[in-house]
Amino acid sequence: MSRTLRFAPLVILLVLLTGLVWRLATPSDTTIPSKMIGSDLSNVRAPAALPGRDGVHVGNAFRNPRVINFFASWCVPCIAEVPLLQELKRQGVGVDGIAVRDRPQDIAAFLKERGDPYDAIGADPKSNVQMQFGASGVPETFIVDAYGVVRYQHIGPLEAKDVAIIRDKWASLRK
Amino acid sequence: MIAETGLAALWLAAGLAALQLILGIAALRTEFAAERAMRGIAVVQGVLTLLAFAMLLIVFARTDLSVALVFENSHSAKPFIYKVAGAWGNHEGSMLLWVTVLSASGAFLALLSRRIGESTLTAALGAQAALALGFYAFLLVASNPFARLDPAPIEGRGLNPLLQDPGLAFHPPTLYLGYVGLSVAFSLAVGALLTRQVDSRLGRAMRPWVLAAWIMLTLGITAGSYWAYYELGWGGWWFWDPVENASLMPWLAATALLHSINVLAARGALKAWTMMLAVIAFSMSMVGTFLVRSGVLTSVHAFAIDPERGTFLLALLAIYVGAAFTLFALRGATLKEGAPFELVSRESGLVINNLLLSVILAIVFLGTLYPLFVEAISGEKLSVGAPYFNAVAGPLALLLAVLVGVGPLLAWRRERRAILPKLRVPALLGITALVVTIVLAPGIAILPRLALGVAAFLGAAAILPLVGRNPLRAPPETWGMVVAHVGIAVALAGMAANAAFTTERLAVARLGEALDVGPWVVRLESVAPTAGANWTAIEAQLRASRGAAPIVLKPQTRYFSDPPTETNEAAIQTFWNGQLYTVVGKPDPSGAWQLRLWWKPFVTLIWLGGAIIALGGAIALFGRALRAWRARRKREPNWRERYI
Repeated sequence: MSRTLRFAPLVILLVLLTGLVWRLATPSDTTIPSKMIGSDLSNVRAPAALPGRDGVHVGNAFRNPRVINFFASWCVPCIAEVPLLQELKRQGVGVDGIAVRDRPQDIAAFLKERGDPYDAIGADPKSNVQMQFGASGVPETFIVDAYGVVRYQHIGPLEAKDVAIIRDKWASLRK
Repeated sequence: MIAETGLAALWLAAGLAALQLILGIAALRTEFAAERAMRGIAVVQGVLTLLAFAMLLIVFARTDLSVALVFENSHSAKPFIYKVAGAWGNHEGSMLLWVTVLSASGAFLALLSRRIGESTLTAALGAQAALALGFYAFLLVASNPFARLDPAPIEGRGLNPLLQDPGLAFHPPTLYLGYVGLSVAFSLAVGALLTRQVDSRLGRAMRPWVLAAWIMLTLGITAGSYWAYYELGWGGWWFWDPVENASLMPWLAATALLHSINVLAARGALKAWTMMLAVIAFSMSMVGTFLVRSGVLTSVHAFAIDPERGTFLLALLAIYVGAAFTLFALRGATLKEGAPFELVSRESGLVINNLLLSVILAIVFLGTLYPLFVEAISGEKLSVGAPYFNAVAGPLALLLAVLVGVGPLLAWRRERRAILPKLRVPALLGITALVVTIVLAPGIAILPRLALGVAAFLGAAAILPLVGRNPLRAPPETWGMVVAHVGIAVALAGMAANAAFTTERLAVARLGEALDVGPWVVRLESVAPTAGANWTAIEAQLRASRGAAPIVLKPQTRYFSDPPTETNEAAIQTFWNGQLYTVVGKPDPSGAWQLRLWWKPFVTLIWLGGAIIALGGAIALFGRALRAWRARRKREPNWRERYI
């Protein structure tokens, strides 16, 4: 080993110590802002989850903003969310669903029993679409604009107060 | 009185460590003959810390609530085994265990070491005392495990329910034996650099310590992986969590050291490199301890964060590792490299092994700390997850596994024969496995497919060192190497099969509903409340069948009241060809239950492989020790009287 190389471990240690001292001095802020706002996902597609229904192609939203809701038949909080999504639909907001790690027959049974707020339903059996959206779990709800760019992200189940927020955000993007 | 006895023993041990350090410095500076005195002091120091640790076990076993630590982490209604294991299920107790292992290692070094020169041994014992002194200070100043409460509370706060598991009794102690056992290699390297006696004798003296620590690390990581697998209920066996990485990094460094030390011991080569690895291996243990204990990285191992303790540990880390690396940088130049070797030789095989392991270590190190540095520089928050580690470290690990099959066939210094013909059968097996997976399972990902092929190749190639000779006459270290390398093939096969063939089923099921997962049909028969010693639970009864006689699984969601917590207890059924893994979650308003089911073919091979790897290490360690003992008895018939 050459002379300079022998000092390499020491240098690496100093860099490491600097980083760790900084971390100890500035405790981590645990709120994580959404990184997905502004991301262009127009290339993302999810094939139709059920026969006879449309799949989701984020960039092909007929020049309208869309609400995209990640859900699953095995997800208990998703059940509570269905009436709120139906309310959004009743108010004219276009809602698409992405079924995460699910099977067609289970999705069909879920929609039949709990209600079906979705215009299009994409299948995401391996969580690939979920990863592209940067979603960490189900349920999670996004608004994408007419060009397929993410404008809003809601992590976790929607509550009654979120209906107005999402509707207003969606309406503002329509202009 | 018991707590005070423990505290007094710690203070005494700290005083002895200071004395040992002074003697070590004196012996290094002058011709002062300190060896016998230092050996004695090191042993007494080890005994004192063991006494302190025993006192901690007693106060926990008795649930002596006047001790603050017991109040905060125990509860009188807890099962006895968790009362005892709870002694190290918290910060102070686990640091005491750390220090106990540290000074016990020093005591064993003083008791057993006969291979190295007197000056190197005294310097190494001095280094070990310096290490111990810092951690005694940490315990006594910032983390006193024996602090009292007055008046004593009536009841304790209880232990985190995730820790109320037999895994706690086994995983931290083995891991610590491994982590801290590496301190001996560190001290020997520092000692040898100080006395400029880095030679093959040092390599032979250091080897058993590295091997013993490495065996414990292997067992500790394997046990921790299985514990996380069944206790967290996520169905995964490795999450690339910072704390998991903290245990993997010393293991990677120790594995590299274990191999390079053979070159030093056999050929007197790779001196500077081996000394650097010996320092890095224990440094990684200290970095790991710091990361875990300071809570600077977000992790599933959610320990309490205390800036004062973090600063203290960081200062210790900076002093010890900084001093050792400075010494290495200054003294490394004075090391003369030993016997030269050719390009195709055992030595260069081991060099490639070391380079690959070091690169994997660097990848894990960077991935673990990258979020910290990005946030420090740009303020941006991000996390590095499994996709990075698998994609970057995975192919290198596979390449390494292929070379594991080739390296042991090479001769020292220079390989004159062609070795590829010997590998015909293993190569054929590997290619067959690859073709079979392409035909039978065309849909699986590339990395698991390659891994299955490599596992088949390595499984056969690893036993080649025993082929063509009488296996019974092969030395124990050859047997140990073969067993450990077969263990790698077994673990690799398990990882690949799990990644390629696992089937997962997530569903909300009504009573009586049947779900299929892999070859199984699982029916939710009933959900009923049940209770244990200090918990109540909702228990689902699942009947699983695949043609033949059905089996019953009972996953639970447990509710602990002290402290109030909820845990998922997965029900896992093991078969020769895989595991059926079931978890019950929450009910929905209509009375259906969330179920998570996995069929994981051959997943158990992962931990079986880990255990086989450790067994290989044990065969080499004890085989060599036995041979050395026999040789000494022959050479010095009355050696016993000299030492006892």
